[in-house]
Amino acid sequence: MSNLSLVVSPKSINKRLPGDLAMWFFILAELTVFSLFFIAFAVTEQFNGEMFHAGKSMLHTVAGLINTLALITSSFLVVLSLKFVSLGKNQLTVYLLILSIVAACVYMATKLWEYNQLFVMGIDIETNTFFTLYFLITGFHFLHVILGIVILICIAVNVKKGGYKESITGFEAGASYWHMVDLVWIILFPLIYIL
Amino acid sequence: MLGHQTLKGSAMNTLKYQSQAVAKPYFVFAMILFAGQILFGLLMGLQYVVGDFLAGPIPFNVARMVHTNLLIVWLLFGFMGAAYYLVPEEAETELYSPKLAIVLFWVFAAAGTLTILGYLFVPYSTLAHITGNDILPTMGREFLEQPTITKIGIVLVCLGFLFNLGMTILKGRKTVINLVLITGLIGLAVFFLFAFYNPTNLALDKYFWWFVVHLWVEGVWELIMGAILAYVLIKITGVDREVIEKWLYVIIAMALITGILGTGHHFYWLTTPVYWQWVGSIFSALEPLPFFAMVLYAFNMVNRRRREHPNKAATLWALGTSVMAFLGAGVWGFLHTLAPVNYYTHGTQITAAHGHMAFYGAYAMIVMTMISYCMPKIRGIGEANCNRAQVWEMWGFWLMTVAMVFITLFLTGAGILQVWLQRLPESGEALSFMATQDKLSIFYWLREIAGVFFFIGLIAYFRSFFIKEKVEAQT
Repeated sequence: MSNLSLVVSPKSINKRLPGDLAMWFFILAELTVFSLFFIAFAVTEQFNGEMFHAGKSMLHTVAGLINTLALITSSFLVVLSLKFVSLGKNQLTVYLLILSIVAACVYMATKLWEYNQLFVMGIDIETNTFFTLYFLITGFHFLHVILGIVILICIAVNVKKGGYKESITGFEAGASYWHMVDLVWIILFPLIYIL
Repeated sequence: MLGHQTLKGSAMNTLKYQSQAVAKPYFVFAMILFAGQILFGLLMGLQYVVGDFLAGPIPFNVARMVHTNLLIVWLLFGFMGAAYYLVPEEAETELYSPKLAIVLFWVFAAAGTLTILGYLFVPYSTLAHITGNDILPTMGREFLEQPTITKIGIVLVCLGFLFNLGMTILKGRKTVINLVLITGLIGLAVFFLFAFYNPTNLALDKYFWWFVVHLWVEGVWELIMGAILAYVLIKITGVDREVIEKWLYVIIAMALITGILGTGHHFYWLTTPVYWQWVGSIFSALEPLPFFAMVLYAFNMVNRRRREHPNKAATLWALGTSVMAFLGAGVWGFLHTLAPVNYYTHGTQITAAHGHMAFYGAYAMIVMTMISYCMPKIRGIGEANCNRAQVWEMWGFWLMTVAMVFITLFLTGAGILQVWLQRLPESGEALSFMATQDKLSIFYWLREIAGVFFFIGLIAYFRSFFIKEKVEAQT
């Protein structure tokens, strides 16, 4: 790939906001909540270094990595499905959406397994401040994955009915939400599991 | 005579559905109670600095109870009036039973009046005894002081009210505004049921007490406010319903998520698990967001208006309520919502400052927005009052609103000084509660003066209802 292909002239930039403005406002609100949680986590870590270090050592990094890959894969499949729906290939779009939902289910199963491992060790949300924040932040994110899956199912049903022939704004809005869920995890994983 | 008949005839035509007129007694009675609330506010404001003023016949605790209970009851009357006006028009059908609405009005008005008279003329313990509180004890808790039989009356009135509205919605058009409004009103009724649960453990009592108080004002009431504001904005701006409804969805989603989880900001002193401090602090810190969205949305819709509505006063109220709700509920709430801050500020005058501006900005003003929009139509005047009446109404708006800003600022000043003198110093160095109150008297005097201006504003507002356009005699 030549460097030239990476340079985009200002005229070629599509300035249209994908999806609906209201969804972007909602995404902004969601990101604000997560930002506050991340800031709270980072600041608290500065005051409780040892506790946080010990807490992180008890987390399953490989499970976190599997979840990262599952969510990125799912997001990628949604991008592909968006591409195909605009080409009118509805059947392929539905298959890709189902695959993206399967990838999201991999995330959910792994996350539940992780929680169970901690519960077996006698660790819960009240163990210490690290695990309070761990369960709150990952739990809140988990709820977003559930909502995201519901949205993806709705989109898939709508594609099946041929609902995006005139406008794909609704599809784009749902996809944007799903990417937000993915983005949050990409920050969450290193902050809580690794750093 | 003929002219009179013609006027009367045209009066009937200013309403799209004649049953909307049942809102009128609700609005009128709400305004009477509002006047009472302000008078008792002025009385107790004075008792803050002149402790024995009328302390015999109306002790401070009674004045406070009457002040806050009148507020709650007049807002409920206002919400009911607003719903009876709004729902038929949105559903495009007459109200299911206007008679039921009128009967419930008289039941609620009689029960409310008797309760207030009971507070004023009978010692509270006697009131508890004669109303059978020992059978099902629910009295004696802040804002929920009503005798148990009054509480049962409120539930029955709410059930009849919801039945009437529900049947109207079921037989008519289902709009987002109606559905959001009815959801908010059902939530109001459901959460009130926690008023009947009164455990002996004080922490548990307070825990469930917040299920009524918090989940009303920072939960379902925001749905009611959002729906009424959306309705008035559609009417006065002519902006597409789809645009307004979409924003309503976003706002109520944010309001519910931040409001429900934000309940945790009250649990600091209730020995709930420590994670509630995190949940309460973080989510309630975001409670200003839906209010800020309402400001953007109200101003944006008015700027994109497709018509010049003659009711300028209603537009002013709609914009005003969004701004004041953001400041009072949003900003002043945020001031003391974080657990480490609330450790020092809990129950100080900062809470009183927030309470005053939030209730006025979010709920008193949204009811007055609706009254401003509806009353000219209900009274057969037309789309709007005459110019002179609107000028008086806008004077009322500005005097009351600016006075409320000053009341809030003076109480905030008092609160900050209170924290400084009474809460921050280490044990032994801190001033006692009463010694601190003495030091705050200048703020209380200033608050009382601002309260007098508020009352003058209220008189100007009431005056606007009695100004009629001078009609040239027809020849």
